[in-house]
Amino acid sequence: MTQPSARTPLYDWHGRHGARFVPFGGWEMPVQYTGILEEHRATRTAAGLFDVSHMGEAVVSGPQATDFLDHVCTNRLADLAVGRARYTLLCAPDGGVVDDIIVYRTGPQSYLLCLNAGNTPGDIAWLSGHAKRFDCAFRDASADYAQLALQGPRAVEIATRLAPSTVCLADVPRFSFVEILLSGAPMLASRTGYTGEDGFEFYLRPDQAATFADALLEAGADLGLKPCGLGARDSLRLEAGLPLYGHEISREISPIQAGLGWAVKLDKPGGFIGRDALAAEVAAGPASRVVFFVLDDRRVARADMVVSSAGQPVGKILSGTVSPMLNQPIGSALVKRAALEAKAALTVEVRGAAIPLRLAKPPLHKPA
Amino acid sequence: MSSVPDELRYTKDHEWLQVAADGTALVGITDYAQQSLGDIVYVELPKVGAKFAAGATFGVVESVKAASDLYMPVEAEVLEANSTLESMPELVNQVPYGGGWMLKIRLTNPASAGNLLDAAAYKLLI
Repeated sequence: MTQPSARTPLYDWHGRHGARFVPFGGWEMPVQYTGILEEHRATRTAAGLFDVSHMGEAVVSGPQATDFLDHVCTNRLADLAVGRARYTLLCAPDGGVVDDIIVYRTGPQSYLLCLNAGNTPGDIAWLSGHAKRFDCAFRDASADYAQLALQGPRAVEIATRLAPSTVCLADVPRFSFVEILLSGAPMLASRTGYTGEDGFEFYLRPDQAATFADALLEAGADLGLKPCGLGARDSLRLEAGLPLYGHEISREISPIQAGLGWAVKLDKPGGFIGRDALAAEVAAGPASRVVFFVLDDRRVARADMVVSSAGQPVGKILSGTVSPMLNQPIGSALVKRAALEAKAALTVEVRGAAIPLRLAKPPLHKPA
Repeated sequence: MSSVPDELRYTKDHEWLQVAADGTALVGITDYAQQSLGDIVYVELPKVGAKFAAGATFGVVESVKAASDLYMPVEAEVLEANSTLESMPELVNQVPYGGGWMLKIRLTNPASAGNLLDAAAYKLLI
């Protein structure tokens, strides 16, 4: 028997704002309010407000908190300053990805982790198991937090309208965070996001989330702020070239294949889980690589469609949608390195037709 | 809540048919269908003269999230495809029974429209 989907603290709020719901990662989430195209374009031209409370959180603290995190994370955490955040992967010994997460250093010996919604139970089990071997405390803190993302060129201006005059949110550097009162609610505000736009992600008390969401909507009304669902969240991240677990990274697709080697510090003292496998893959070169593309066609390439070169299959689509900014299909694909190095012409089969894949460097909505 | 005009006929696959006295008809997808699909970005329609059996796939409607097949409600020949949809696929969302019409067809057997659902029966389905 399947579990009924969980609801975030904003479930009723979504309904009041006209959301259509979809099950995602065990949660009943808004896929859209007014429409994916409009919500996506609003985020790129003004601002969008996203409920991301379905994401998981964990807290690590203690004398070996940093050693523990450096052991399970591919990126370096020892030099992460208090008040700074960092993107990293959790890998299995064979280099496959368990999850991609953000780590926030909240104190000299304390961290907040943000986990993908669908991976949270697995991540908690994985991390708590490994934490036992270090002098640190590890706790699933997901129930303690609601999370909202405010993204877009006007996002900082909107948040500033709710901030005390003593704090300048515009001065918070990218990937830094502050503990702040916004609209009277205490929260962690981090200059991070999953859209390719400027903005903040807010971690706050679940019982204050709906009121804060209303305050943001009101503060941003004259600037074009719109509530946005998971549909727009996906098209925004894909345009920006950001990976989605289960598509561009997975147990089968390593960070090296995904082009995320910059978040893998092979020379970390003490190593980390998956280090040797990833080092070997870097040395040999990955067999396949994740690439992004635009189609000069109306037909949309979708996940699992076959990518070919000279009539031979050389890969498959990982993610595909229409770019609301380009009004053209875009996506990502996993393609054999040999075909990429040969600079072979690639095509994707959509309903029996071979459509040329034009490789492009993200952000896909901004031509080079 | 979606609109189901009384004068049209419907299929279980959410197409509508508006039959004219001369044995031709217009075909489109219902308000319920366009709401379910979300923003429509492309409609792939057949050429004039193409012939389809009842229930055969005559085209595809692409939304942001997925592609869905379109099924011919009755055996027919294509007389015209709505070319405005090439530049304005969103008409299917905005006016599914008006400017969002997809095909003008000639029914092989004008009486076959009687086999389709009426508005009351379609409302029970959705």
